[in-house]
Amino acid sequence: MVPTQYYLVLSAILFGLGAVAFVVKRNIITIFMSIELMLNAVNLAFVAFSQSMPDKIGGHKLDGQVFVLFVIVVAAAEAAVGLGIIILTARNRRSLNIERVDLLKL
Amino acid sequence: MSAPLIVFFLLAALAVVGALSLILQKHPIHSALSLIVVMVSLAGLYLLMGAEFVAAVQIIVYGGAIMVLFVFVIMLLNASAEEHTDFSKLAKFGGLPLALALTGLLAAAMIHNGSAVPNNVTPDALASTTDISMSLFSTFVYPFELTSFLILVAIMGALVLAQREKKT
Repeated sequence: MVPTQYYLVLSAILFGLGAVAFVVKRNIITIFMSIELMLNAVNLAFVAFSQSMPDKIGGHKLDGQVFVLFVIVVAAAEAAVGLGIIILTARNRRSLNIERVDLLKL
Repeated sequence: MSAPLIVFFLLAALAVVGALSLILQKHPIHSALSLIVVMVSLAGLYLLMGAEFVAAVQIIVYGGAIMVLFVFVIMLLNASAEEHTDFSKLAKFGGLPLALALTGLLAAAMIHNGSAVPNNVTPDALASTTDISMSLFSTFVYPFELTSFLILVAIMGALVLAQREKKT
């Protein structure tokens, strides 16, 4: 059996890589993909905790896995709306570079 | 080393390499393909943990629906390799240590709390889909209904965004 801690460390590493990608990348679509990577890392931690939590009758406590389903639903909704926004900005700015989208910058 | 541990390290290495490749690739379509590698290896890890339903949903919804949407948009916008921009001095020298610090802090906090969890469950028993659905439709029935409302709002939002401007 693989210890729960191994999964948690992997989850932390993936989250860190997602955060780095979010800051480093300059393409709007890739930045959006790094958000999905971070959500996936959190899902891994959820399932790992769920599999190590016993319930009263000796099985697993499944709340973590239900939360993962909710996270996946929210990610799907976010992808639908976010990609719509990306298409609109790309149409208006004629570029996918995040540096060109600076309307809110001082 | 036992067989599950070997499978874990193979899948974990695949996931980390995929995430690194997401950062290092210049073209968005290559980044999208590496993200699919990460998602499939995560689905393998879920199976290793015995969470079969989550693994199936991960493949179908993430690997199938969401990533196809991403690839579709990349093709639609005809995205090219990203332009290189200069980083600030702070980002150039402080970025790597800060990223490592974030990862280390997260790992330390999670291991600290993870060791407090009593680990006396039957090893990697399958979490049955029946139990998950029972939990989903009894304890979590209100959040579940709320997600269907969220999806409705997301569909309407996507429609409004995709609408062409009226020619007045």
